Amino acid sequence: MRRWTAFWAIIVKDLRAYYLKPPNISWGIIFPLAWTGMFFIRSGSGLDSILNLLPGVMTISILFGTTSMLSVTITFERRNSSFDRLLLAPISLELLMLAKTSGAILFGIVNAFVPVIIAAFLADLSGILWYLLIPAIILIGIASTFLGLFIAVSVSEVFEAQTFSNFFRFPMIFLCGLFFPIMSLPIFVRWLSFVFPVTYGVDILHGAVTGDHLMNYALSFSLLGVFCIGLFLLSLRNIRQRWIA
Amino acid sequence: MTTSTGTAAFTVSGLTKRFGDVTAVNDISFEVKQGELFGFLGPNGAGKTTTINMLTGLARLDAGTINIGGINCTSNPKAAQHLVGVVPDESNLYPELTGFDNLCFCAALYGIRKGEREKRARQLLDTFGLSDAAGRKFQGYSKGMKRKLTFAAGIIHQPPILFLDEPTTGIDVASARQVRQIMADLHKQGTTVFLTTHYIEEAERLCERIAFIVNGKIVRIDRTENLLKPVQGKNMLLLTVSDSGEDHVGSLASEFPYYTFDSIIEGQIRVQSEDTIVIGPLVRLMEDRGIQVTEARRHRPSLEDIFVEVTGLEAGFMQKDKERPMGGGNR
Repeated sequence: MRRWTAFWAIIVKDLRAYYLKPPNISWGIIFPLAWTGMFFIRSGSGLDSILNLLPGVMTISILFGTTSMLSVTITFERRNSSFDRLLLAPISLELLMLAKTSGAILFGIVNAFVPVIIAAFLADLSGILWYLLIPAIILIGIASTFLGLFIAVSVSEVFEAQTFSNFFRFPMIFLCGLFFPIMSLPIFVRWLSFVFPVTYGVDILHGAVTGDHLMNYALSFSLLGVFCIGLFLLSLRNIRQRWIA
Repeated sequence: MTTSTGTAAFTVSGLTKRFGDVTAVNDISFEVKQGELFGFLGPNGAGKTTTINMLTGLARLDAGTINIGGINCTSNPKAAQHLVGVVPDESNLYPELTGFDNLCFCAALYGIRKGEREKRARQLLDTFGLSDAAGRKFQGYSKGMKRKLTFAAGIIHQPPILFLDEPTTGIDVASARQVRQIMADLHKQGTTVFLTTHYIEEAERLCERIAFIVNGKIVRIDRTENLLKPVQGKNMLLLTVSDSGEDHVGSLASEFPYYTFDSIIEGQIRVQSEDTIVIGPLVRLMEDRGIQVTEARRHRPSLEDIFVEVTGLEAGFMQKDKERPMGGGNR
């Protein structure tokens, strides 16, 4: 019971101190809006293209929302030593890091639904397979957050975290099938797509929204799960090695 | 003053920590008894904070064992974290939260329920004189207020063992006095306090036992009264002279064999005796020899003199790069 009091307190503190701040709320709304608008205009195929764009825009909203916030909630707190206060608390490192990342996961999931709400006014969403879409969004949120965590614990400064994040984020936009089908990529870079967890999540989203998907859903969900666990364990190992040195 | 029992609050044995080629803490062993106020005294970089970090689970040990409250924490540093409170050497609360919210959050980390944590937060804000600033964000606090709130955050879960890392460094005289008073009160209430400081006078006033740590090694550990024994009843005179001072120690000793002379600091001669030191003949002799005496000051021998003797360091070395807020503090 005591440990869950601490767990909940960390989530609430992060939400109040970081996520529910006006700049982050506006980021969560403006960013997906901008991406949707950009690809909508670029496609030039009218409102019919909305459903094709939706999986990519949802994913990009999650990816940028989660990874950006973790560089603040983790790297910044580590930089000003307030993270030590959490390390001194009598809760396990696993639970502590789950609490620290839960806010980002929730932020990512909420961000993902901003383009869905916009799309609801512009297109018919009745054909969407929600039972696939919702778990896929949650898993993409978790995987992106843990990717952000892995980056945040590998560096010392906030600007390093942001730079290092871009090293992953921007290639993912082009390589993971967000807006360009993986099969249309040059064959020598196609293998790279399958290194990133987002590829599997986007494929499920495409399947849920348009019915087109490359891989078996069960395989995609399983691989996303493996990436989540792997990234979390790697991050914990880095914290133990680098921060409790 | 003494409220400690014979039972150990925590023991460390052979504690060692290396950072690359540098051995920050080198095979130290000691025991702190329950209810004891134990001082860990040393200059900057001596290994005080590294020792606390190892004791509280913020740093891994390279060698040695730690036992806190009967729990072996060597391989599982988290095992005894519920027993300890830590006040770090730098204020590390959350700038975006108010003073009240910071304290409530710190209490929640120890599983304290909402009603109880709010009650304790209000009590501590009152104790530290911060009630009026309870609703202000931490980032707007002055340095002294930040240190006091950080102290309050370290004790909000009422830990039986408290680690204080330089709690009065860099704060104003009034805040330092208040912090020292609270330390003394906690000690009276039975809390085991492990205090690291480079303020010798602070350690002398507050601590029951003191360890001197230099370059990662404990060079002396004893009860404060035992440490002070060699200088008790001694008279001391400090003469500030125009040249090095060291050159004249030998000739003065032959002229005044019943006094002891030395020169630890450049330009200063220290005269010690069991009897009263008569200043006139000393100064006259020196001036006859062309040595200009610019100041003659009687000095109450203190722990500082013992520290200088034991460690070979000048007391001034302790204040390097730090402010010194001591100013008639009370307990």
